[in-house]
Amino acid sequence: MRREFFLRLDRLARNLTPFGLTLALIILGMLPVRIPDYASVAPILAAISLYHWAVYRPHLLPFVAVFLLGVAQDMLSGAPVGLFALVFLTFYGAVVLQRRFLAGKSFPVYWLGFAIVWFLATLELWVLASAFHVTLLDMKAFLFQYLVTAGLFPFVAWIFLRWQQAFLQQA
Amino acid sequence: MEERPSTFLRLAEPLRGFVQRFTYLGLILAAFGLMLVGKADTVLVDRTRTHVTDAVAPILDAMSKPVTTFTRAVDNVRDLADIRAENARLREENARLRDWQMAARKLDAENQAFQKLLNVVPDSAVSHHTARVIADSGSGFSHSIILNAGKGQGIRDGQAVLGNDGFVGRIAGAGSRASRVLLITDINSRIPVVIEETRVRAVMAGNNSGRPRLLHTLPSQRITPGQRVVTSGHGGAFPAGLPVGIVAAVTDGGIEVQPYMSRERLEFVRAADFGLGGILESNDRAGPASGGK
Repeated sequence: MRREFFLRLDRLARNLTPFGLTLALIILGMLPVRIPDYASVAPILAAISLYHWAVYRPHLLPFVAVFLLGVAQDMLSGAPVGLFALVFLTFYGAVVLQRRFLAGKSFPVYWLGFAIVWFLATLELWVLASAFHVTLLDMKAFLFQYLVTAGLFPFVAWIFLRWQQAFLQQA
Repeated sequence: MEERPSTFLRLAEPLRGFVQRFTYLGLILAAFGLMLVGKADTVLVDRTRTHVTDAVAPILDAMSKPVTTFTRAVDNVRDLADIRAENARLREENARLRDWQMAARKLDAENQAFQKLLNVVPDSAVSHHTARVIADSGSGFSHSIILNAGKGQGIRDGQAVLGNDGFVGRIAGAGSRASRVLLITDINSRIPVVIEETRVRAVMAGNNSGRPRLLHTLPSQRITPGQRVVTSGHGGAFPAGLPVGIVAAVTDGGIEVQPYMSRERLEFVRAADFGLGGILESNDRAGPASGGK
């Protein structure tokens, strides 16, 4: 009886891990880091998390959760509401479709996969944000943000792979 | 006991795929819908955003403290390295500022005498609320920061926010314990400004890049790089004379302003209540559409 309860608690914790970690990265990305010009190129760390779970454990992060994470990013970052919800959903959907190709590949290929799909997502972000404001937004900021996100990918992805090996072996 | 769920799953598998695809499309449409609602009903979205910010504020508040401590430690080490050069520079600047102080005292006395002679209506008294920046977000799609003070601390929508270097933005959503500041570089920001020396009026519009542009200027009005830009006080939203920035470039594409405020150095800011607010609510809603030209 007690054992049963703890097993269930354990499973619940495992199932909430991807959502919780992604949400933590969204909040982490909001922190004011006092590096010159950092704010204008601050990476979207949540994208790396979404990519990881889309490839390795998509059943732990359903589309509804991705949608909610996108809305959270919108609400906190001050972006038009629905913008990141849409971009996260299409990004996540695209990666889930390609996951059989990406899973278990060498790290550079895994990284390249992120770089390509997130680049398309960044374009989508730019097009949608420009359409929302009915003006062509400065593309440089988006590109730099993309480069910083793609550049930070190995570090965050490595932590996630470690985390997964440590806590989610059986999940 | 083991058999039943698996047969059930086998039967339900195609249905599950269908439901999943349906959910996916539904969510995509919902996201589109949210964007449309956000475009149409900004009040509702702003209110929701304020509530979410309020809810997350304690976490941001707690997490931003170690970041601040760390960056301050790094700054300290960097400062120590060039402390001598800095000292010499400061001494020189101090001497220069002493001259300015004397000039300012003299002008202030003179100004007060003139104001008394002319019976000038004084500007209303200012009350400041100092708050810490706990989040700095958005790059290409928005420029805003979050403060750790809200209505409970006297922050109200529309108050002018000032940093160490100058005008930063205005309060766009005051929650009960946190509030969002729309920076002057945000695409939704429109500030009535004036060129300090020539008194040429303009509207400074953000464009989500580091350099806002001046709108509604006439070709005949000569604006040259290096001129100071200050708030004009028109429209009654902000008081006149707050330092905003400096004209950085005049091209065919427009007049770019380099703001005095630097985002990475915003740590504590002051929300100033000049007792002027009032027209902001209705005016700003129409801002992005009407000011786009």
